[in-house]
Amino acid sequence: MNNPHHLNPTSLKSRFTTRFLRALTKIRAQKPISSSSPTEIFRRYRRIKVAADKSMAYSVRSRRIWSRAMLWKLRSRSYRRQDPCSGRRSGKTNQAIMKKSSNGNITRRREDGVGFVEEADELRQLVPGGETMNLCNLLDETAHYIKCLTTQVQVMKKIADFYSF
Amino acid sequence: MSGRRSRSKQSSVSSITDDQIADLVSKLQHLIPELRRRRFDKVSTSKVLQETCNYIRSLHREVEDLSDRLSQLLASTDSDSDQAAIIRSLLMQ
Repeated sequence: MNNPHHLNPTSLKSRFTTRFLRALTKIRAQKPISSSSPTEIFRRYRRIKVAADKSMAYSVRSRRIWSRAMLWKLRSRSYRRQDPCSGRRSGKTNQAIMKKSSNGNITRRREDGVGFVEEADELRQLVPGGETMNLCNLLDETAHYIKCLTTQVQVMKKIADFYSF
Repeated sequence: MSGRRSRSKQSSVSSITDDQIADLVSKLQHLIPELRRRRFDKVSTSKVLQETCNYIRSLHREVEDLSDRLSQLLASTDSDSDQAAIIRSLLMQ
């Protein structure tokens, strides 16, 4: 499922690539004395992973339930790091996200007796904001989330290959 | 988009039809490499969801592995003039 508009500056792939590369440049600029120590590498790993998720979420912005959930998670994590007492925001988050999801009511009645409740619940754990989604939203959001994840992987692979030579 | 569709079709309660679910599930099926070959078989919703979970987990792992790889690679490179070249080569595919 390749994006035919490779040079389209407004495509998700372009937006993600630009943001992610910018983040990588910042991460590289933070050069500690022992830039190859295991601790430093692990720290960089975490920063890169967060940068990848952040870049993707910001490229999608608030157009999707999952991206809103991810943005909220990322922001509340950075608040928590500054102030360890502000960790109890997740309750409010889920309510805010629920209001924005198109059906609003978390109805499970549809799923009873149709034989895939467990799988759907498992999926809810994997998609950001999934716990608040009804089945319809969950399926729709998952499709978009997967497209974004594959773009993310594709771009990261290209960057890694580039730096490998 | 499918949420909006249901609101216009149903007059009273916004209920989710079987067809809508089947549509969404088949759309998902096309995205999963494992199941794409079985496009013309009847794959159960349960199986599609199961494979979707596996696929998402494997994608998450790939992102982690790539982040790991990048963290090692970034330790050794220095030049910042790479950026424009990377963007160009990435987007040219």
